[in-house]
Amino acid sequence: MQRAYYTALGLTGHHESAMDLSQDAFVKAYKAIHKIDEERNFFTYYYRILRNLCLNFIRDRKKHARSFSEIGEMQYQHLENPGADPSAALEKQEQKEQVWNAIQQLKPDHREIIILKEFRDYSYEEIAGLLDIPLGTVMSRLYHARKSLKTKLEGVIL
Amino acid sequence: MMAETRAQQENFQILLMKALDHELNEKDSAEFEKMLEASLDYKQEYEAMKKVRNITREMHFCTPTDAVWDRYWTGVYNCLERGIGWIIFSIGAVILLTYGAFRFVESVIANTHLTIILKAGILLVLGGLFTLLVSVIREKFFLFKRDPYKEIQR
Repeated sequence: MQRAYYTALGLTGHHESAMDLSQDAFVKAYKAIHKIDEERNFFTYYYRILRNLCLNFIRDRKKHARSFSEIGEMQYQHLENPGADPSAALEKQEQKEQVWNAIQQLKPDHREIIILKEFRDYSYEEIAGLLDIPLGTVMSRLYHARKSLKTKLEGVIL
Repeated sequence: MMAETRAQQENFQILLMKALDHELNEKDSAEFEKMLEASLDYKQEYEAMKKVRNITREMHFCTPTDAVWDRYWTGVYNCLERGIGWIIFSIGAVILLTYGAFRFVESVIANTHLTIILKAGILLVLGGLFTLLVSVIREKFFLFKRDPYKEIQR
């Protein structure tokens, strides 16, 4: 459930929507549990529904994505060393904001694969299963997503 | 020649991703090294992609508190409960309505004060309404069963 929430959060960029959509998807998947193939696990089926809901949300959304500081880890608040340079931490946080903004500007399928790989640390095989695409397509899509992200970050932090 | 270049390019993209995600085996690794040595463009792209990956790997979502997760599950249970509640309510309503309709028809037929023509009129109106209702429900049911986008909220 938590991994579904995080994926929805990455896709929608909105905490409350991610909560609502992952709950909705869970209820829909649960109601249709009898349709799930024995070979496929519940999460794969659940993820498909969640993905569709998120993509529809992105298409129809009227709310704007939140900034990373609202949903992401605020690094400077977690510094263990109290003597650490706060300005460096703040700079780091600003950098994360810029990266997050760039991720939010990616095409949904590019954003999705970046979230799954970088934020959720899924393996290529797991991503292929979730998205129902061949392994080669996973790597190719990830390449184009990272390339697109690189282009957006050029001149900003790269 | 172009096809070969394209294939080589695609191969590089795959090896590049594997290298960034530490998924290269020995054979891949040797091939990738060879490619980097042969092309400065490839090498530059690898370095730039490495930077992107290092930056994105530092990003993490904050973990919601336990209270948020408790609320989350409560929301799921509420949704499921309400779904079950609606089903039970609907079954009860159908039973009551059917029984009410049956008793009404029975009382109309048994009523000695109503003329035959009035009784027939009332029964035909009821019969027509029932047929329309069944037709609409059947249409909705078949449409829902065959709708390939039913999982998608519009």
